[in-house]
Amino acid sequence: MKLTLHVWRQDGPNDKGRHERYEADDVSEHMSFLEMLDVVNERLTEQGKEPIAFEHDCREGICGSCGMMINGVPHGPKSLTTACQLHMRTFHDGQEIWIEPWRATAFPVIKDLVVDRAGFDRIIASGGYISIRTGSAPDGNAIPIPKADSDAAFDAATCIGCGACVAACPNASAMLFTSAKVAHLGLLPQGQTERWDRVLAMVDQHDAEGFGNCTNHGACQEACPKGISIDYIAQLNRDLIRATLRAKPVEAGKDA
Amino acid sequence: MRRVATLYRTTVGKKVLMAVSGVVLFGFVFVHMLGNLKMLFPAADGHYAMDVYAEFLREVGYPLLPHEGVLWLARFVLLAAVGVHVVSAVQLTRLSRAARPAGYAKEESLSLSYASRTMRWGGVILLLFIVYHLLHFTTGQAHSTFVAGAVHQNYVAAFRSPLVFGVYFVAQAALCLHLYHGVWSFFQTLGLSHPRYNHLRRPFAAGFALVVFVGFLTPPALVLAGVIS
Repeated sequence: MKLTLHVWRQDGPNDKGRHERYEADDVSEHMSFLEMLDVVNERLTEQGKEPIAFEHDCREGICGSCGMMINGVPHGPKSLTTACQLHMRTFHDGQEIWIEPWRATAFPVIKDLVVDRAGFDRIIASGGYISIRTGSAPDGNAIPIPKADSDAAFDAATCIGCGACVAACPNASAMLFTSAKVAHLGLLPQGQTERWDRVLAMVDQHDAEGFGNCTNHGACQEACPKGISIDYIAQLNRDLIRATLRAKPVEAGKDA
Repeated sequence: MRRVATLYRTTVGKKVLMAVSGVVLFGFVFVHMLGNLKMLFPAADGHYAMDVYAEFLREVGYPLLPHEGVLWLARFVLLAAVGVHVVSAVQLTRLSRAARPAGYAKEESLSLSYASRTMRWGGVILLLFIVYHLLHFTTGQAHSTFVAGAVHQNYVAAFRSPLVFGVYFVAQAALCLHLYHGVWSFFQTLGLSHPRYNHLRRPFAAGFALVVFVGFLTPPALVLAGVIS
């Protein structure tokens, strides 16, 4: 199949950037989207031009590296699918495809389609952990966890941190990401000790990174390749409010 | 206090203020709509039902409270709620703009409903409408034949004009859309989420918005049609 690509090219963080047009003439419908870009890059390299920079790693939809806007949709038109798992048969012969990086103040472009998602790492570092010793793998069922809770925690844990939620959100909010991480640990017994401090710290860091606020559009859950629900955002909001209102009735070492 | 300060500093805290002030306003809108339905009731003992209701609003709580005491208390609370709602909206909008300064060359609006995309401009329309509405029916500067206290008469005189009806129709359409997204957002922002009831939140918001829309516009439509005089 023949395709016309409009790709965002930006030489570096301070470059203004522009869209460039490429004709891809011999695309197989069995290629993945990234393989198609590989072929385009081979040709650019042969012509002595700079290949299109894009991030990729596992190419099996679990690492979260390969995020890009494809025709205005994060990871392209197929739902619950990362760009690397998207196949060219999803497109038709002669189609024009616009390829752009995630757009957010908190995700500055490094080069072409590659953005710096270190803001996500700093949100995790601010509270997305548990400090208690968990030791080696425990025996199955040593800690009883209600099935509904473990299922909900697992659903949240499927977040691969790709940033599609931020890219889709009109406010460039990372609430879906942050809420998935908060809920993942907050639903499990090991995460209870730091539950209230965690939500305060992670939301604080989310805002400090310059992500926008959630206005409940729901675009993020449509874009999420793992299908994470905005119900987790409601859970985060509730936890944040509870964390604020929670006062300990007794404090050690203080008289009434 | 440290935690309250943290909550307020966060975008979530500002949204909580947005939701809480919003719930005050939507409670008012509903009661105001019920009050307007008095236009549908017949006059008794030479008094219009609407005028009797208006008198009640001025005197409710008397003699425990002064004349118009409850009325002024309500006005104060509503003004505060509008203030908080608008200030939070401006702050959040500015944060959002800063978070996404450059848009996409091509963008699909994933599941963005018309209501959710028009919250900000819809809010501006509503604010302008509130100013006009107060000048129209409360203080009377925007009303050609305003008589203080003669609510029924002012109401009928105003809505005989198709232009005035048109202005109110547009405002009610904006309110309907604002409520549809706002009521649902209220549940989400305050974390009122439960797997068993979540599927009811959208229909509740839609039903509420529709009831308010129909409730507010029925009496003016009947005035315009000449049924109420």
